[in-house]
Amino acid sequence: MTLAKRIIPCLDCDRGRVVKGVKFVDIRDAGDPIEIAKNYCEAGADEITFLDITASYEDRNTTIETVQGIAGQVFIPLTVGGGIRALEDIRIMLNAGADKIAINTAAVENPDLVRRASERFGSQCIVVAVDAKQVASDGKNLKWEIFTHGGRNPTGLDAIEWVKHMVECGAGEILLTSMDRDGTKQGFDLMLKKKVSQAVQVPIIASGGVGTLEHLAEGVLEGEADAVLAASIFHFGEYSIEEAKIYMASRGIEVRL
Amino acid sequence: MNKVAVIDYGMGNLHSVTKAIEYSGREKKGKIKAFATCDKKLIESADRVIFPGVGAIRDCMAEIKRLNIDKIIEDAIKLKPVLAICVGMQALMEFSEENDGVECLGFVKGQVKHFDKNFMDSNGRRIKIPHMGWNKVKQVNSHPLWKEVPDNSRFYFVHSYYVQAENEMKITGITDYGARIISCLTDDNVFATQFHPEKSQEVGLTLLRNFLEWDGERRC
Repeated sequence: MTLAKRIIPCLDCDRGRVVKGVKFVDIRDAGDPIEIAKNYCEAGADEITFLDITASYEDRNTTIETVQGIAGQVFIPLTVGGGIRALEDIRIMLNAGADKIAINTAAVENPDLVRRASERFGSQCIVVAVDAKQVASDGKNLKWEIFTHGGRNPTGLDAIEWVKHMVECGAGEILLTSMDRDGTKQGFDLMLKKKVSQAVQVPIIASGGVGTLEHLAEGVLEGEADAVLAASIFHFGEYSIEEAKIYMASRGIEVRL
Repeated sequence: MNKVAVIDYGMGNLHSVTKAIEYSGREKKGKIKAFATCDKKLIESADRVIFPGVGAIRDCMAEIKRLNIDKIIEDAIKLKPVLAICVGMQALMEFSEENDGVECLGFVKGQVKHFDKNFMDSNGRRIKIPHMGWNKVKQVNSHPLWKEVPDNSRFYFVHSYYVQAENEMKITGITDYGARIISCLTDDNVFATQFHPEKSQEVGLTLLRNFLEWDGERRC
């Protein structure tokens, strides 16, 4: 087995700037997305994920220009998400240079979008992003619920069942964020990652809560994730992508060095 | 002027391929021109051709036939270097299992199979499908496109179906993913990759640069 586990820095963007919030609020500025993407690529990032966090409200053209800018200079896969509502949004972003499109709220509101998008563009470019929050913790029967609109709206959907349904609809990959951990630097919700990874056969990207290199390794070794996504530990220079890879390799994880 | 036509039949993002070609040839400033097109005359005027492909094979083949791309590719592979990428590689084969079975172009003898859901990785876990991410490519048989590409380099893959070729001599790269899969093959002046060189950073750009210099012969 030689497929490498992936390290994916995530750029949360607000009107053309990279920002990072804590538990989806309290936002800090981290810089220019094109420059940051180039730096991560040179440092050995395996992919870049670009999430337009204000896309539901703001003008889309800034995002399209930024995606074009990144895709013209960064020759690794680029996932774009945030405010994707229709097949036309997906087509525009693919034409701007995105390789994969992350769909979150719109998948809940209209699961058929995932089905039609994967038929039209191929499952390989349809990532379903889910924001899950633990809602029950009575011993063995852990439960997680899906939230939408950047984590503001509960849906009543069970996270594991929802992910299975999304894979049946054609999702080629799952970007799994635990809202309880996002921005907290306490580590991934490993039980959630593991349950989801075992429930479906598509790759899982673990997200939400990375504060140390150990957390990244745990996501793969215990959470059984195929890729790990992080933002703030890379943006604010606490660790480099290269350090993360060397550490993961030292834990016996296959990485691209 | 080295003109590279990227065949555009409406299936997915060609921006990355044309940008990566131009970037890989940037040291030859002004001499490389890459353009996406489905126009027969423009493709005929190109020095080399890239045949990309993403998405489902049935839709790809339907568009290839509707736009008469099959004839254009058939002509191109007689005359000039052709690089087929991902579903472009699969389309060159005779038949694919995808979409309940689809007849493909049949320029290379062999089939396209789905990854077996029960294939295991070295840790005894079922493989994830699609095969998505950076995997090693073992170079088999020498080829000019491997110049300055280290053996066992990692390239970026994303696919759920893989190629089986009848003639082992045509295989130029193999990759392990639950089974031995063919990641590259060559047939005269065609070179085909299951992975995406345009998404494989330095090693991918090196392979693309080699393609820009390739005369279509197999010798190194």
